[in-house]
Amino acid sequence: MTQTSASPTGAAISTTKNRLRLDGWTIGAFVTAGLIALPILAVLVMALVPSDDIWAHLASTVLPHYIWTTLVLMFGVGAGTLVVGTGTAWLVTMCAFPGRRIFEWALVLPLAVPAYVIAYVYTDVLEFAGPVQGLLRDMFGWHNRQDYWFPEIRSLGGAITMMTLVLYPYVYLLARAAFLEQSVCVLDVSRTLGKTPWQCFRLVALPLARPAVVAGVSLVMMETLNDFGTVNYFAVATFTAGIYDVWLNMNSISGAAQLASVMLMFVIALIALERTARKNKRYHHTGTKYSTLPTLRLSGPKQVLASVLCTAPILLGFVVPAWVLGRYSLQFYDITLQSNFIDYVLNSIGLATFSAILAVILGLFLAYAIRLQGSASLRMVARFASIGYAVPGAVLAIGVILPLTRFENSVDALSRDWLGIPLGLFISGTVGALVIGYIVRFLALSYGAVEASLAKVTPSMDGASRTLGHGPGRTLFKVHLPMMRTSILTAAILVFVDVMKELPMTMMLRPFNFETLATYVHQYASDELLEECALGALSIVIAGILPVIILSRAIARSRPGQK
Amino acid sequence: MLKKILIGALAIIGLTTAFIWSPKANDNVVNLYSYRQPFLINPLLEAFTGETGIDVNVVYVKKGMLERLKAEGDNSPADMVLTADVGRLNDMLEADILQPVSSSEIDANIPAQYRHPDGMWFGLTVRGRIIFASKERTDTGEVLSYADLAKPSLRGRICTRSGKHIYNVSLIASVIAHNGEDNAQTWLSGVRDNLARKPQGNDRAQAKAIFEGECDYAIANTYYMGKMETNEKKPEQKQWADAVRVIFPDQTSNGTHVNVSGAAVTKSAKNADNAARLIAFLSGDRAQKIYAEQNFEYPVKSGIALHPVVASWGTFKADSIDLAEVAKYRATASRLVDITAYDLGPQNGS
Repeated sequence: MTQTSASPTGAAISTTKNRLRLDGWTIGAFVTAGLIALPILAVLVMALVPSDDIWAHLASTVLPHYIWTTLVLMFGVGAGTLVVGTGTAWLVTMCAFPGRRIFEWALVLPLAVPAYVIAYVYTDVLEFAGPVQGLLRDMFGWHNRQDYWFPEIRSLGGAITMMTLVLYPYVYLLARAAFLEQSVCVLDVSRTLGKTPWQCFRLVALPLARPAVVAGVSLVMMETLNDFGTVNYFAVATFTAGIYDVWLNMNSISGAAQLASVMLMFVIALIALERTARKNKRYHHTGTKYSTLPTLRLSGPKQVLASVLCTAPILLGFVVPAWVLGRYSLQFYDITLQSNFIDYVLNSIGLATFSAILAVILGLFLAYAIRLQGSASLRMVARFASIGYAVPGAVLAIGVILPLTRFENSVDALSRDWLGIPLGLFISGTVGALVIGYIVRFLALSYGAVEASLAKVTPSMDGASRTLGHGPGRTLFKVHLPMMRTSILTAAILVFVDVMKELPMTMMLRPFNFETLATYVHQYASDELLEECALGALSIVIAGILPVIILSRAIARSRPGQK
Repeated sequence: MLKKILIGALAIIGLTTAFIWSPKANDNVVNLYSYRQPFLINPLLEAFTGETGIDVNVVYVKKGMLERLKAEGDNSPADMVLTADVGRLNDMLEADILQPVSSSEIDANIPAQYRHPDGMWFGLTVRGRIIFASKERTDTGEVLSYADLAKPSLRGRICTRSGKHIYNVSLIASVIAHNGEDNAQTWLSGVRDNLARKPQGNDRAQAKAIFEGECDYAIANTYYMGKMETNEKKPEQKQWADAVRVIFPDQTSNGTHVNVSGAAVTKSAKNADNAARLIAFLSGDRAQKIYAEQNFEYPVKSGIALHPVVASWGTFKADSIDLAEVAKYRATASRLVDITAYDLGPQNGS
């Protein structure tokens, strides 16, 4: 790759443009990314074992259906979150209307609601026996299903709606961070050129925020792709459902790994396609004018409309599920409180905090090393390491277990032979294995957010700092980090909340007698006992809210140049 | 700001890790990988610890337990596994990660039909896969067997959960084992044509659908009925159960399909003796009573009283086919579900 066609990370700062320099940053980055990529490689290796005629069987039966539902689901949720996420982000960042300060943080709240939980809640509310249809029947004198039409919640459309409601905050957060980090200059210029606010958004702000928005939407699509809980509950047969079926019912882990690999290839192709589409474009701001963003004064009716548009996703994605769960909690709290509930809360929060910090540090390290080096091979390894997010959790967990236990068993054998000390499995079955799993799975979140943000810092900043005698590390801390605060906080929230909700890997990698809120909820939820697990589910939501609120306030204040 | 958050976070991490890694004092333990939910088995395990002083460490694993055990190899901390069906135990047996247990106490508790001949695994409880029928809208005698569910007169009247769920896969596998793959496929297509809706929900949701008038027949496990009938916290479930009549299918032929929850000792077990004691306990009077009373399951041990609700359905003849044999047809059964497009629900004209 030559410097002129450099990707959005901007021009590499290195003077030797294309040669790979093996300094500490580069080697460290290669090793880190390589280790994180290992579980994904393990999945690919598992796929190499032949799996009888599973493909022929699938191709002649359910595969077309899997592919169709998966594509519709992915692009449906992608489009939905794109519209809701960027739309609301633009409104709260750029427009003045009543409640804006509250919407700023409240729009993130649905992020704390696991998709499978919101699916349970809405099924409860909207199904035939639920309160909504019951009310309608009472009002209009209908008796049975044949008397009227009501959308079936357990459907592909239902799944798209549910996932859009809880996943749009990914796009919202990243888009908002991008809008906040934008220079006022370009907006001023476009306003001076006589563009309307809407044209400013469409022609200037949105294209400039593209790396962030794309990062958000691709996270959403990957999350959609690996979801099992929701689609399983809604009886929507997706590719992921197929992977579990081949693994657990047809007893073929290699067949499952093959399906997962195909899915990965698809994700890689999508990402590559997007990268090619924005080749040669750079997204950093050259202006240094970071004065307070201008706010658009909206007319009365438009203010109301803006408020309504921002209220709807919060209401549907957060208030309704929290309210339903809250009501059940009041009724069924005793079941939850009989257990060591406080321990579960602490376990969840501790793991989420630790993993969030580690994931951000690693993501930052990788993204910055790539910025320094600009090497295409390193960039590829890092990107590969961050596609773990698209692999269904339980399959990825196997990918973690295989190399990890192999490593431990070899170390154990060596230690026995040489020192006579058996070490056993010193990481597997400890919290350490869980943290490794979370990093492998969620690096995409931190890396994506940080990389998008770094791309927006002009390389001349690096140049200036380096010319003034700062090393790369100092430059990162003194120059980049202050400018990237918003995105780093965003990355941390994303990982935190996702670890809180994470289920399949936690189930498989955890130690003895170890429950998190998610696993606690699952043992009931898996049997559709929504009421019994309501308090647990509500706690996931509440534990997720606190950091979300604290950090959103930090984000609001984090605009560069803001006092 | 960032600094404060970091310090706070580090403090939390310190505290939780200290808490998590605090060593357990008791060395007298048995380490359990369980497919069954903690809330189901904890009362049993607590009773065991109370009686023997042996602590039980549990991790509820489900997906990937087999792969985890295989990868951990000789160093695996697991002494024992608990599963919700024999198929999984059979997979483990074939993966060569189990060891035999010989105990006259256990053998006396568990009838030969429900344990591996060489003591590689042991069944602990039995649940029947029965048919729910609407009390209001069905005649006794209309459906007496699984085969009857494919009768054309039942068009649009059946609800089930996904054909891919292990309980249904297992039922279909038993049909294959008895009647062969082709007949099983014809039967499954027939049932699919009779579906009232796309398969969805769990077994309990099928009773609810009967209550609501969406369908007249459903397939479900016995204990769901017990749980609904006695649900004081959610009285609406009593209504669902009340709308339903229990049919034990195939009483004049093979007997009702049952699945068996079970246990086995791992090859790598460091506490194999304790594990064997736990199996003996779980198959003994006290634990079998808990299974029967709290989980509405059928005890494997004879002479244990059933829960009155379960007893009220009467006795039944269980299919005596070798469950390990049935488990072999699971993959084929799963394929039949694909081939018949069962999970897409009723299809006109197919």
